[in-house]
Amino acid sequence: MNWLIEFFGDPDNWSGSSGIPFRLLEHLEFSALALLAAVVIAVPLGLWIGHTGRGALFVVLSANAARALPTLGLLVLIVLLVGVGTTLPVLIPLVALAVPPILVNTYEGIRGVDRDLRDAAYGMGLRGGQVLLRVLVPVALPLILLGMRIAAIQVVATATVAAYVGLGGLGRYIIDGLATKDFASTIGGAVLVALLALAVQTAFTLVNRVAVSPGVSRRVKVR
Amino acid sequence: MITFEGVTKRYADGTIAVNDLHLEVPTAEITVLVGPSGCGKTTSLRMINRMIDATEGKILLDGVDVRTIDPPTLRRGIGYVIQQAGLFPHRKIVDNVATVPYLLGWDKSKARARAMELLERVGLDTALAERYPFQLSGGQQQRVGVARALAADPPVLLMDEPFSAVDPIVRTSLQDELLRLQSDLHKTIVFVTHDIDEAVKLGDRVAVLRVGGTLAQVADPATLLSAPADDFVREFLGRDRGIRRLSFVPADLPLRTDLTVPDDADISKVAGVAAASGLTWLAVVDSGGRPSGWVNAADLPLSGTVADLRLMPYGTFVAGRDSLRSALDAALLAPSGGAIAVDDEGRVTGVATAGALAAATSGIAAEGVGTGRG
Amino acid sequence: MIRWDWIGRNLPEIRELLGDHIVMALLPILLGLLIALPLGLASVRWRRLYQPTVGIMNVVYSLPSLAVFIVLIPITGLAEQATVIVPLTFYALAVLIPSVVDGIASVPTHVRQSAVAMGFGPMRRLLQVDLPIAVPVVLAGVRVATVSSISLVSVGALVGRGGLGYLFIDGWQRQFPTPIVVGIVLILLLALAADGLLVVAQRLLTPWARARSSA
Repeated sequence: MNWLIEFFGDPDNWSGSSGIPFRLLEHLEFSALALLAAVVIAVPLGLWIGHTGRGALFVVLSANAARALPTLGLLVLIVLLVGVGTTLPVLIPLVALAVPPILVNTYEGIRGVDRDLRDAAYGMGLRGGQVLLRVLVPVALPLILLGMRIAAIQVVATATVAAYVGLGGLGRYIIDGLATKDFASTIGGAVLVALLALAVQTAFTLVNRVAVSPGVSRRVKVR
Repeated sequence: MITFEGVTKRYADGTIAVNDLHLEVPTAEITVLVGPSGCGKTTSLRMINRMIDATEGKILLDGVDVRTIDPPTLRRGIGYVIQQAGLFPHRKIVDNVATVPYLLGWDKSKARARAMELLERVGLDTALAERYPFQLSGGQQQRVGVARALAADPPVLLMDEPFSAVDPIVRTSLQDELLRLQSDLHKTIVFVTHDIDEAVKLGDRVAVLRVGGTLAQVADPATLLSAPADDFVREFLGRDRGIRRLSFVPADLPLRTDLTVPDDADISKVAGVAAASGLTWLAVVDSGGRPSGWVNAADLPLSGTVADLRLMPYGTFVAGRDSLRSALDAALLAPSGGAIAVDDEGRVTGVATAGALAAATSGIAAEGVGTGRG
Repeated sequence: MIRWDWIGRNLPEIRELLGDHIVMALLPILLGLLIALPLGLASVRWRRLYQPTVGIMNVVYSLPSLAVFIVLIPITGLAEQATVIVPLTFYALAVLIPSVVDGIASVPTHVRQSAVAMGFGPMRRLLQVDLPIAVPVVLAGVRVATVSSISLVSVGALVGRGGLGYLFIDGWQRQFPTPIVVGIVLILLLALAADGLLVVAQRLLTPWARARSSA
């Protein structure tokens, strides 16, 4: 507790390029970039595989293999080979981390839609693309968002590791504190990241409430 | 009119779902495809709107080969109702019903107005329009499914076991509703079921298919029941074929008007009516002209009025509308063996005697033998 | 990029790190299963327990591993196995408890009811009916938890105890890629091997599913 008071009570930690607001923004920036890149890759791929049924084996195999990729190892290897000039190399391991949950959940979501529903949609005269976008995606949306939420939380949490190779973000407090035996900084940083992860979790719950049709989430509206 | 011309569906693994099917589905009638599972009835239905494409042969829709029409365009002109209704869970009921109008580019308010009209038409409270499918019962969902299929007023309706997932009471009311709708709308309906009773009740024509996808018999229900083409059809029709067949025979019975007595008549008058008619069972009629029971003139007390007697149970049928089966059923409810004929308001118009019923049923049986096995 | 002679010279050390890694990755799974089974069963029995349990586990899952390692240091000590094993056990629980609950829920009601009707007692029914049928779903969870655990151990290197993760720190500090590549490859192989063993275990534990899929 004393460490927390020491860390959060220090006015130096609230201003400048090593202050909490600045570090938080940095952290959010590359987390968001990594998540965005993962969504751009994984969602269309998952939709396509789920809709056509082609390449399902690829999803299952690659997703489990990707889960095994150690982010820290990938990060130091890439930075060692490419250099730390831009944030791009740092993003690669984070994107690799975020793609599997989004891909698997998108694929499972689309594939899991009731056959009768698909049948009815085609039977009404919807075209393939209309079936996907107007029926399958809205029905699979809770699972797709769940995949994004898991990915986002993992990215936010793991982005701390990026500080080890010299990048900014909230991980700096943890890594620097560890190096200088400044436990107040380390624990303060850890708490900040945990709070951020919880905020992301809450944000996704809200998005879920707004984006998912009450008919799918079965939230009965009281009238 | 939908015509199957030598239609065969063979799958890659060699299984034949439908084998050289020739069938005509007349316009504005309900044609039921019925048969055990694996007989290709659903496959046949789904080949009409190209959910499945035939391997050989042609399906003509008013003379046009369906294979020449782009599937989505074809399907927008054909209503489609399936077993679990297949409603879109993320859309409100009104938007579910308006699906095809939206696809056809109708103006939103026009599409919604049409949807509301259809909800009423299929017997649903329009207050349900703003609900989501999960808030409706299975029977209600199925009605929405029918409304959705009718939304763009397609001339053809395909129904794939639409009522088989609901309980028997709801099923009966859905069937009655469909017949009522059809009497207004005159759609060309192809209806698939595995339930022969449903087939016989709904179909203007019934096509019985056997496993392996061959057609065993096509006929109107009465002919099917009286003259099944072979043992397979006979067995598939099951028990009670004779009595079920009477459903398709109108109750054209000779009605006796001299066998009724008012419920306040004196005992002596009852004895007089009985003696004059030569029969002992008389129908008692109340002051409003409605039946109240049977009385046996052979078992009368010495004095009093009809009001003092214990009346025997009775059954009625509507003369000129009900089937011979209803009349027979009414007779079976009464110890007299006769059925009381009433008009649409329930007023007694006469009595069909046990003798008249026996003559009518034996006449039908003779007719069955005459036209059967043809 | 790969200096094979480095590998040759450091084989004993690599082997030691590998052993350390296996213990820290798999012990949490075992502990997790031991805790998740009773907790999961309790959540099935008392439905009201489920939502809070899953809620707490979701929160736990969202905590960054590095942050938890660090918070634990004052309690379990720097560079101790426990510093890594305790948080990984919680992550495993976050995956395993829902798996156990879903697994038991996957037992068809008619199967459970016919077991009751034939006179199975609660314990016997659990052991002979519910759990065997739940195996595929539970094992699917175990596979995810195991693979994640094997990968996550390496982060522990930042607090001085990360099994093969040490190779990443070593390679980074000396700007020398070989140990990093060796670490990544070994972790991937370890994950694949563990996953493969679990698939085999599932086939042995559920012969009925195997007979059906090969038929």
